[in-house]
Amino acid sequence: MPKDHGIGASPKRREDVRFLTGNGNYTDDINIHGQAYVHFLRSDVAHGRINKVDTEAAAAMPGVVRVFTGADFEGMGGLPCGWQVTDKHGEVMQEPAHPVLAQGKVRHVGDPIAAVVAETYEQARDAAEAIEVDIEDLPAVVDMKAALQDGAPKVHDDLKNNLCYDWGFVEENKPAVDEAFDKAAHVTTLELVNQRLVANPMEPRVAVGDYNRSTDDSTLYTTSQNPHVIRLLMGAFVLGIPEHKLRVVAPDVGGGFGTKIFHYAEEAFCTYAARQLARPVKWTASRSEAFMSDAHGRDHVTKIELALDADNNFTALRTETYANMGAYLSTFAPSVPTWLHGTLMAGNYKTPLIYVNVKAVFTNTVPVDAYRGAGRPEATYQLERVIDKAARELGVDPIELRRQNFITEFPYATPVAVEYDTGDYNATMDKLLEMIDRDGFEARAEESKKRGKLRGLGVNCYIEACGIAPSNLVGQLGARAGLYESATVRVNATGGITVMTGSHSHGQGHETAFPQVIAEMLGIDESMVEIVHGDTSKVPMGMGTYGSRSLAVGGSAMVRATEKVINKAKKIAAHLLEASEADIELKDGAFSVAGTDKSVAWGDVTLAAYVPHNYPLEDIEPGLEETAFYDPSNFTYPAGAYACEIELDPETGKVTIESFAAADDFGNVVNPMIVSGQVHGGLAQGIGQALLEGAAYDENGQLLTGSYMDYAMPRADDMPFFEVDHSCQTPCTHNPLGVKGCGEAGAIGSPPAVVNAVVDALQRAGKTDVTHIDMPLSPSRVWAVMNG
Amino acid sequence: MYAFDFEKPGSIADAVAALKDEDAQALGGGQTLIPTLKQRLAMPSKLVSLTGISEMQGVCRGDDGAVCVGGATPHAVVAAEAGDYPALAALAAGIGDPAVRNRGTIGGSLANNDPAACYPAAALASAATIVTDHREIAADDYFQGMFTTALDEGEIVTEVRFPVPEKAAYMKFEQPASRFALVGVFVAKFADGVRVAVTGASEEGVFRWTEAEQALSGDFSAAALDGLSVPADGMIGDLHGSGAYRAHLVVVMTKRAVEAAA
Repeated sequence: MPKDHGIGASPKRREDVRFLTGNGNYTDDINIHGQAYVHFLRSDVAHGRINKVDTEAAAAMPGVVRVFTGADFEGMGGLPCGWQVTDKHGEVMQEPAHPVLAQGKVRHVGDPIAAVVAETYEQARDAAEAIEVDIEDLPAVVDMKAALQDGAPKVHDDLKNNLCYDWGFVEENKPAVDEAFDKAAHVTTLELVNQRLVANPMEPRVAVGDYNRSTDDSTLYTTSQNPHVIRLLMGAFVLGIPEHKLRVVAPDVGGGFGTKIFHYAEEAFCTYAARQLARPVKWTASRSEAFMSDAHGRDHVTKIELALDADNNFTALRTETYANMGAYLSTFAPSVPTWLHGTLMAGNYKTPLIYVNVKAVFTNTVPVDAYRGAGRPEATYQLERVIDKAARELGVDPIELRRQNFITEFPYATPVAVEYDTGDYNATMDKLLEMIDRDGFEARAEESKKRGKLRGLGVNCYIEACGIAPSNLVGQLGARAGLYESATVRVNATGGITVMTGSHSHGQGHETAFPQVIAEMLGIDESMVEIVHGDTSKVPMGMGTYGSRSLAVGGSAMVRATEKVINKAKKIAAHLLEASEADIELKDGAFSVAGTDKSVAWGDVTLAAYVPHNYPLEDIEPGLEETAFYDPSNFTYPAGAYACEIELDPETGKVTIESFAAADDFGNVVNPMIVSGQVHGGLAQGIGQALLEGAAYDENGQLLTGSYMDYAMPRADDMPFFEVDHSCQTPCTHNPLGVKGCGEAGAIGSPPAVVNAVVDALQRAGKTDVTHIDMPLSPSRVWAVMNG
Repeated sequence: MYAFDFEKPGSIADAVAALKDEDAQALGGGQTLIPTLKQRLAMPSKLVSLTGISEMQGVCRGDDGAVCVGGATPHAVVAAEAGDYPALAALAAGIGDPAVRNRGTIGGSLANNDPAACYPAAALASAATIVTDHREIAADDYFQGMFTTALDEGEIVTEVRFPVPEKAAYMKFEQPASRFALVGVFVAKFADGVRVAVTGASEEGVFRWTEAEQALSGDFSAAALDGLSVPADGMIGDLHGSGAYRAHLVVVMTKRAVEAAA
């Protein structure tokens, strides 16, 4: 019988009450008395030299408080990059300056040139139109390979060229990998594009800066997944404000998907301007601004080669990827194509030799950084596509080829530097096959054919590294941050509990799931537990939410703090019960003496902690509040098998998803309903990438997809009813909850399933020369491929 | 948006008078104009809302049998009330999403003449009459290219009269992002012949595919279109499809419209 509370139950999300009734408190809902509004004048050219920015007329416009330009930020820090990659020659990456407002040059459409602060938003916009900007157009670089050619225009004049780094992984393995290819019985090669995406959270970015003159304290309210990280980066590197004088609040946040991890110029500007003007300054992005200023995702161009022996065992894998950084290095951009991508190239397979080469390139486009999955979708896509192609070339069943090469013994050290602690890839594949009725496919295909349609079935596996991350390891890899998590469990006098977590919920359901864990540990009702997050003045230093890390790392910190609480509470209970601490048991919210009927309720113990009249003051302090910082010893490795069945209209090229099944192994599951919802969302984004989405630039660096008129967002009717299962559970071996993380899986695992299915349909229809189509598989693109 | 004055007259005469001011602009449901204003791409001195004019609202049947739609009638009302012309009601029911259909009006759509809008195809294929505040314009004379019509400055579409064909259907292939028509084809079979109007495809806006009309007038079947094609020259080519793709879709959608109508 399903549980009705604690771990494994599916209570409805308590936060949804306020979200669904319009009572959320988002950053744009925060209005501070006396606030002014800022509008950013953004570049409409991709690359140009700023000859002059004349703000005199604008400054005289009605309502204008002050106009800022790049000159106001000269001598100050720029936006920092949080990860330094070392290239294959042992040299550190080229790292350009990233000023808050453009200085000297503009480098992408949307690059902020000036900022007008005025009494109203419309006045700020009016005045921005009165700014005279003289920009000398420079030729733009958009295509990555063209950007690396000799003589290409340089995005940053002070760098050697447009190459951020040329990374080889593992460089020492390259000769052995090349040798394995020379000896291979079969080599399958595939060139593909993992296209640029725009994250498009429902809530656009917003920042409100506030300054208290009497205390010299600054506060930034912002749409962030990690307010402490913003406080550290902005305070230490951009504005020079010590952390005890800077508070960052990320209240309700309407979706992040990675793009709200990063520290943005607008945040620093609003904080800075509030100090300069001694009044609050607010910015709310329009959707148009979001398209040209939110960090984009993906944008890899890859050649992948898979070597097999005569028995179809994978013997080696070799990839060459061009990864677009855009015009500047966004906060974690360098890590995405390297450590979040190269380390996953083994996938679910025991390929003994792997070499990954990544060239990161500057172009005159919006910066690119982590987007749901971040590096792992790119790794999964190329690997699962090339395996499918290999199966076709060899005339073997694609599922059997995968099974034959599955890793089956754990722990397993891959040749790309990570160690999978546990997993069972055959179990998820078996479960998937139970879900999809593969045997009935031929009959369904026949039925489609009668209606003039083509049907295809695509299957693939995925693995990801989540629970980011062991700090000492990532430090060695170039991270300029630790990746632990924190939690304070504050037990109140009457027994209720307030948990301050460094994780940040922006749709994940922490306010519901985290209390389930505490309720399970203490045997109390979940309604007695409240989760506080997103405010550096309330929560201990935490690293935030991304990389499917909240429960695995943040939850583990909460478990550790709760264990400390239990230990102390047992001491108090032992005193109250006049028993030995070793004999105290905690069950169903009461402490009892083992083997007796003597017990004391949870609330009596907590009250004693704060009203210590009868209390072992000589042994322990009053109060019941504990903090823990948890640093994981390894990543977690969720994995699974996905299947997609599509129907294709050969007359129009339109692909419709008929069914989609996902069998995931997330280890232990706290709230199955929330996990299903996370998978649904991930699948929608992955299918969106496969069929619809794609940010496109023209050769001059103009963004062609700057609105929903041209950027195809997936909608509900693009999706089938998903079939998801997470009953295959190999618990993580190294965190206390045995959980692995579920937030990104759907987005990682689904694109290859869709593309495999479409190629399958075309192959079955006799289009044997079609071995690949680049995403998005839009009707026009599929039709064009079908018609040569 | 820039500041502007706003009027909401109760009669056509008052609306015409209000629109005589320099840079005054008529406002239907605002589904194109309001986003344009928000992007500061237009700067009217005054907006004259036509939604308060009761004589421009609703669907009725004319003495000649035509289905008459008031110029300020929202798409949702046409979808619900134009049952006498099912293909027209179905077209209206497929425009945009519910929010668009509850605000957007037929007069606004025809006055804007977006090359990817649905209504121009219905009007042209039906040989509709566009009635304005001071004249009647045949659909064949009304559409004059992308975003261009026979309307004069300040002239208001007060009513659209659709002769009801024996058989008709509209088939739209949606642009994946905007869900406007990448190609939309309206086929209408009258006693005296067939009319085929195509939207979404051409750089010249909505057009009649006369070759198909001739073939279908002799044999109203999809097979009658076998071997016919429209040239890719002059078709819109963009991120969402080449000119050749759109030209191909014109044939596919015409066949499907004929099959749906038959």
